[in-house]
Amino acid sequence: MPDQSDEPIIRVRNLVNRFGNETVHDGLDLEVFRGEVLGVVGASGSGKSVLLRTIIGLNRPVAGSVEVFGHNILAIGDADQREIEKHWGVLFQDGALFSSLTVAENIGVPLKEYYDMPLRLMDEIAAFKVGIVGLPEGTGEKYPSQLSGGMRKRSGLARALALDPEIVFLDEPTAGLDPIAAGEFDVLIRDLRSSLGLTVFMVTHDLDTLFAICDRVAVLVDKKIRVGTLEQLLRDNHPWIQSYFHGPRGRAALLSESQHSPKQEARLTAPL
Amino acid sequence: MASVTATLVESEELGLVILAAAGEWLVGAAADLDRRLRALDVPKDRRVTLDLAGIDRLDTAGAWLLLRTEHDLTARGNTVEMRNLRPSFEPLIDQVRTAGFVPPARHPRPAHHTVAGFIARIGEISLGLVARAYSILGFFGVLCLTALRLARHPRRLNMTSIVAQMEQTGVNALPIVSLLTFLIGVVIAYQGADYLRFYGLESYTVQLTGASILRELGVLLTAIILAGRSGSAFTAQIGTMRVNEEIDAMRTIGLDPVEVLVLPRLFGLVLTLPMLTLCANFMGVFGGGLMAWSQLGIGIPQFLTQLSTIAPWSFWIGMIKSPFFAVVIALIGCYEGFQVSGSAESVGRLTTLSVVEAIFLVIVIDAGFSIFFSALQI
Repeated sequence: MPDQSDEPIIRVRNLVNRFGNETVHDGLDLEVFRGEVLGVVGASGSGKSVLLRTIIGLNRPVAGSVEVFGHNILAIGDADQREIEKHWGVLFQDGALFSSLTVAENIGVPLKEYYDMPLRLMDEIAAFKVGIVGLPEGTGEKYPSQLSGGMRKRSGLARALALDPEIVFLDEPTAGLDPIAAGEFDVLIRDLRSSLGLTVFMVTHDLDTLFAICDRVAVLVDKKIRVGTLEQLLRDNHPWIQSYFHGPRGRAALLSESQHSPKQEARLTAPL
Repeated sequence: MASVTATLVESEELGLVILAAAGEWLVGAAADLDRRLRALDVPKDRRVTLDLAGIDRLDTAGAWLLLRTEHDLTARGNTVEMRNLRPSFEPLIDQVRTAGFVPPARHPRPAHHTVAGFIARIGEISLGLVARAYSILGFFGVLCLTALRLARHPRRLNMTSIVAQMEQTGVNALPIVSLLTFLIGVVIAYQGADYLRFYGLESYTVQLTGASILRELGVLLTAIILAGRSGSAFTAQIGTMRVNEEIDAMRTIGLDPVEVLVLPRLFGLVLTLPMLTLCANFMGVFGGGLMAWSQLGIGIPQFLTQLSTIAPWSFWIGMIKSPFFAVVIALIGCYEGFQVSGSAESVGRLTTLSVVEAIFLVIVIDAGFSIFFSALQI
């Protein structure tokens, strides 16, 4: 396990996002600590993806500040911006692979952009990254259009990890995957986190993912955020949070997570 | 990248080669380390120790370089031992080790970079053209059959959609078509008058401008503008719908994509292209007349008299051609849209292709008409 320090690696303060008359975030605060896996959940349209895009600088908020690695993302010079971009990786929802390049070349893009690297080494790095994210040998030569959705996500993750970033941002990493593939993806992220010491900021709808790998969960409700461990949130009285975690799906995920203790499992035989 | 410092020191004692790695073995130093590691010249059949005690920071790129060195040295018959790795780096090394020694992916290189491949490519393209022509003909057949079926149930024809297409392809194209043909009329009259004056025939400028605009340029320019403007839009619209699986969704609901998407576009264009041609002709002749008046002092009555000396057939030939061009543009635009598969990239590629093909076919058909009408001696 990487050491979890108390110093936040991402700090969002008093964030306001507004589109037209629609206020999405209103005074939102959030801190993400080094080495943790933070899951961000919320109803559709509650601004999860907007939050992610704001933190990585793709969306300019109306007000507030966003600090990553101690730099204010909203008022940053080009050189610092590039330095920061070297240290994060982003996995977009459908992988966002460059369709005219092979998977290996996709992984090579950030390496080529930031480091003057011999082609051979770049190919080697791409090859083992393909292995690390659990893609079968030979995937590197394929084009994104030849891959399934799950493989595209893994390839996108491989590209996000190309520079060995400290933070990875994942936008719904398990959406659209079958439960087995989604489960494997969870395991993959957990393994990578522990071996590479990643900080993971993950937008997700997947309750199983939340229960399986997230250290803390941030819930977007009422244009603000409530952060806590799962145990804390399970006890939260907010109606949306209640129905989210205590609805049938939440109970099912909770149940499957508690299968470590077989006695409890025996008692909780499918009340659904 | 200058901030990353990693070192590698080679030393030898008692027949034991020691490679001491130290510093920050991170991706930023990888290129430099790679060069030095490849330059290493360790003799065969020796005992080699990789001393990793000095490594402060390590990432997967650094881990890969260490493992590759171990692997390469072993492959050359050395006995390699990694020593003093910090326990906190072990999971990382394991992670990279399990990812394994996969041979790097080859970069797909176009086959036509060899002589044989080049010749094969010519054959491939030629056969591809034939297959494509066949396929387009097939699509034209489907279109005709659908149109015939619709003729028996005319109420199924979606008038709203046709009118919307006419607005898109016709009304919205009016300014650009008018402006361009007006300018072409001006240019022809101006240039033509110059040359004709040389022979003392400048009074024929009106006939020259009138005949070239009415017979050829009006309709040709309009068709080319529409191929670029609307043919490309057809391909992009239908192609995007294919990428979104909207076409498949239509089929499952029982809607015929050809009937819903193609026919309104086809009918719309067949109706608007002649109208636009009419407008283009007017603007072209107007531009020519304006020039004749300002440069040669030809007034309105004389202009009209001169214009009427060119046979009315000149006008009709232009108008007759326009619906044929419309069919070609709509056909190619929609056909290429249906060829889109999988990625967004293919939408772009096929859109370009559709414009090029449509303009090519329009000019070929125009040449065909030229031969046809001259055989009829019109």
